[in-house]
Amino acid sequence: MRTPTFSTALALAALLAALPVQAQQKLVPAQSEIAFLTRQMGVPVDGRFRRFDAQVTFDPKQLTAARISFTIDLGSATIGTAETEAELLKPDWFDTKKFPQATFTSTAVKQVGAGKLDVTGTLSIKGSSHPVTVPVLLAPSGTFTTATGSFTLKRLDFRIGDGDWKDTSVVANEVQVRFKLTLTGVAGL
Amino acid sequence: MISAHPNRYTSTAIALHWLLALGILGVFSLGLYMADLPFSPQRVKLYNWHKWAGVTLLALSVLRLMWRLTHRPPADAPMPAWQQRAAHLVHRALYLLFFAVPMMGWAYSSAAGFPIVWFGVLPLPDLLPVDKALAEAIKPVHGWLAWALVVIAALHVAAALKHQLIDRDGLIARMWPGRAGA
Repeated sequence: MRTPTFSTALALAALLAALPVQAQQKLVPAQSEIAFLTRQMGVPVDGRFRRFDAQVTFDPKQLTAARISFTIDLGSATIGTAETEAELLKPDWFDTKKFPQATFTSTAVKQVGAGKLDVTGTLSIKGSSHPVTVPVLLAPSGTFTTATGSFTLKRLDFRIGDGDWKDTSVVANEVQVRFKLTLTGVAGL
Repeated sequence: MISAHPNRYTSTAIALHWLLALGILGVFSLGLYMADLPFSPQRVKLYNWHKWAGVTLLALSVLRLMWRLTHRPPADAPMPAWQQRAAHLVHRALYLLFFAVPMMGWAYSSAAGFPIVWFGVLPLPDLLPVDKALAEAIKPVHGWLAWALVVIAALHVAAALKHQLIDRDGLIARMWPGRAGA
């Protein structure tokens, strides 16, 4: 009897000690958005992803322990025309059969101002991984916290738009990614 | 000098006439060709070139109309009254379509959510808000009007050839590039 009680207490103590760090913030998908903007011969073309998820472990007081990761269902992209959306799934673009998801995993979170963070991490799309640093603005909004930001990636770094589509005079290499994430449970902002 | 009808169109009118004739034929052929292409960078390029060319022709048509309204054309050649009326009707229809065809294309592009960026540099205002259903409704109208323009232009050419080859009244010299008095 003694041993299990002791080990239970120990486990409980460990759990409690870990709680402030591991208490995860939750994404509110209905109030979140991940969009992208590129140019086709100078014409702005924008789209968004309908399905994505984020795992956020974030305590403003312990930024070194912060972990932010994302998964985006690449097959959920909407871009305005059915024809272009069908094209995006193909091997030259996202190749969603082989690479259904894009991921981002943070490696460092730095405070750069009041409510301003620089989140550095690894972005993986279509089998290619590249480091990115994303400026994020945190703002409380009622019981939620919104994290907004944008960064620009080069689509050819990830072989998005391969083959004939490599021609950046038709589709620009720069793709701006914008996001607004609504989170619950961010303390002490 | 100005009060009398000249016997030739002005050099500017002649230049605009032939430039737009070639331009319209080119942009129409491009439109026909590109419409059935599979999705590819080539098609994206051709569509944009078609839009840039169409807007350029629209701008030239504005110049042309202003020129036409401020410069007297040659008097009608002697011909039956119904032919004169038909000739004027054809000219009016052509001018109307010089505007209607590109404006419909522009409206389609706007409604489809692809604003025109002239030569990839100058973003043009949208004629309509984005509305897919409306875009699909406008698309065939752009095509029909373009066909109407080409068919009426063919009538115009046929009439000019009839004057040249059957009536032999030298009417075509009024619009022929080169020195006056030919």
